[in-house]
Amino acid sequence: MTDQAVPAAPPVGEITLEAGAGGFGGAESQAAAVGGMTRQTQFGNIRRRFLRNKLAVLGLVILTIVFVTAVFAPIIATHPPTAQDLNITLQGPSSEHWLGTDELGRDVFSRIVHGTRIAVTVGLVSIFLALVIGVVLGSVSGYLGRGWDALIMRVADVFFAFPLIIGAIIIILVVGRGVAPVIIALGLFSWATIARLLRSSILSIRESEYVEAARSLGAGKWRIVTRHILPNSMAPVLVYAMVSVAGAIVAQASLSFLGVGVPPDVPDWGNMISSGQKYFGFKDYLWFFPSMAVVFTVLGFVFVGDGLRDALDPRLR
Amino acid sequence: MGKYVVRRLLQMMLVLFGATIILFLCLFVVPGDPITTLQGEGRQLDPSTRAALEQRYDLDKSIPQQYISYLGRLTQGDLGESYVYRRSVNTILSEKLGNTAKLSLASIVLMIAFGVAAGILAAVFRYSFFDVLVTLATTFAVGVPVLIIGLGLQNVFAINLGWLPLQGQSAGNRALILPAITLASLDTALVSRLMRGTMSEVMRADYIRTAYAKGLSKRVVMLKHALRNSIIPVLTYLGIAFGGLLGGAIIVETVFNWNGIGLALVGAIQSQDNPIVLGAVTYGVLVFVLVNLVVDVAYAFLDPRIRLE
Repeated sequence: MTDQAVPAAPPVGEITLEAGAGGFGGAESQAAAVGGMTRQTQFGNIRRRFLRNKLAVLGLVILTIVFVTAVFAPIIATHPPTAQDLNITLQGPSSEHWLGTDELGRDVFSRIVHGTRIAVTVGLVSIFLALVIGVVLGSVSGYLGRGWDALIMRVADVFFAFPLIIGAIIIILVVGRGVAPVIIALGLFSWATIARLLRSSILSIRESEYVEAARSLGAGKWRIVTRHILPNSMAPVLVYAMVSVAGAIVAQASLSFLGVGVPPDVPDWGNMISSGQKYFGFKDYLWFFPSMAVVFTVLGFVFVGDGLRDALDPRLR
Repeated sequence: MGKYVVRRLLQMMLVLFGATIILFLCLFVVPGDPITTLQGEGRQLDPSTRAALEQRYDLDKSIPQQYISYLGRLTQGDLGESYVYRRSVNTILSEKLGNTAKLSLASIVLMIAFGVAAGILAAVFRYSFFDVLVTLATTFAVGVPVLIIGLGLQNVFAINLGWLPLQGQSAGNRALILPAITLASLDTALVSRLMRGTMSEVMRADYIRTAYAKGLSKRVVMLKHALRNSIIPVLTYLGIAFGGLLGGAIIVETVFNWNGIGLALVGAIQSQDNPIVLGAVTYGVLVFVLVNLVVDVAYAFLDPRIRLE
């Protein structure tokens, strides 16, 4: 095989098969990549399958709204998120304060809009961190095997044995509350599954004919891993990562709710739910609206993740 | 088989060892001095009392020494003594264990009763109205975090309708309903999705066609052939879900003020009661690893094709 063929192809495109094809597909997708012409149609197939899925498209729309809100938060918000006005505390939704005001007279709508920034940042950055750790350790474990594999997988076992929330709480106890500690804590306790997924994916691809062909042509370990094995084994990892972002956003809100997340003065959905709970039963808009923001965002990531999974590999349905 | 179990037990020890090291390092480099926290800020403490307290809790020793003595006590099943309550962590946690166990068992029952049943029906009547309903319900349960499900249920069933108690345990078994549903919601959805997926796959298998071809009724084919062959991944998942329930229990017990290990853990974190934090998390990790071991071994019994090496 020529070395240009694989790296040029979009990584997600290679591992997928035409809807009707069976088998593991290493050889077929290899043939497709060498053929050159089918590359685009494979990517097109994925896109078409994704766009045909109504929930996935809905997810994409939701995520667009969420990202636009996060980027343009100061423009969209009608009030400064931390501006207090003790004359208008705990007022229900009105034309001036669309979603009401909290116990310090702050505008709930504006706080939710600014909370989008925290949620999206924590979700994306923590899972990116987990991806970096997981992909490096997973590929070392899967490709080098032997002692490395045993060592890394035992370490992964340890991290895997902590429920995400509990692991995160422990790290935050050490580092203190704040956005960065929450990101680090969630990243540190999310990489283990990514490393395991990638490792098992690599183990099956390592033995495939095209890797053997690359090896027999004299390609070095580094080249084989980065150019041949990783692009072909990343699909399940990326799908998992997409859904994990939703998990991280939920975990982040839950940490704030438990009083160990970002500091209480930060406009954050979990903090808003937690302080709204004090007025549970008579000022329910206080916890309800931020909760809906969490649900909306989480559903966006879940829909896109599920759609991506179905589009990448129809057999997984 | 015996060899496999022994190897897994050794691996389990290793995981526990690693987990306790992480925990111990984190809890004992936490800024702040537990004894000052205990006595209240700014309160003067007689140096000899202080020394006695430090000695009592091993705080006068170096961190490696503390770890070794902790590990020594742990091997005998002793989790140490709480700073706040001055009582054995074992006693405190065992008082709460019953409540958490009750909540977890109730959730597992819900997962099996609703998750497995809904998954089977959805697979048998694929693309029917019921199937779409299950898909919608599971999507909802996956998308709405446990915390919010809990608050929503409280609001509707305790406050607005007044059918069930808002929180606490004074109302006996009726108090169990809302927290158990909340804790079970996510895993019930995932179980039913998994059940539907594996069962629809099994239903395409050749031996199912054969079973129909030899004239068996749909009911017999479903119950004797399809179900038996698709239940194993679901059982595995149930095991893992059970092992990981402590993570969800922290939230559910906080929302419903349910006096279990999760609530004890949150309280201990706030009062820097490190022995309880250490004990509760070690307990959670232990349950997780043990349940996983049992699941893996059970797997081989249930499916003779699986060889354990």
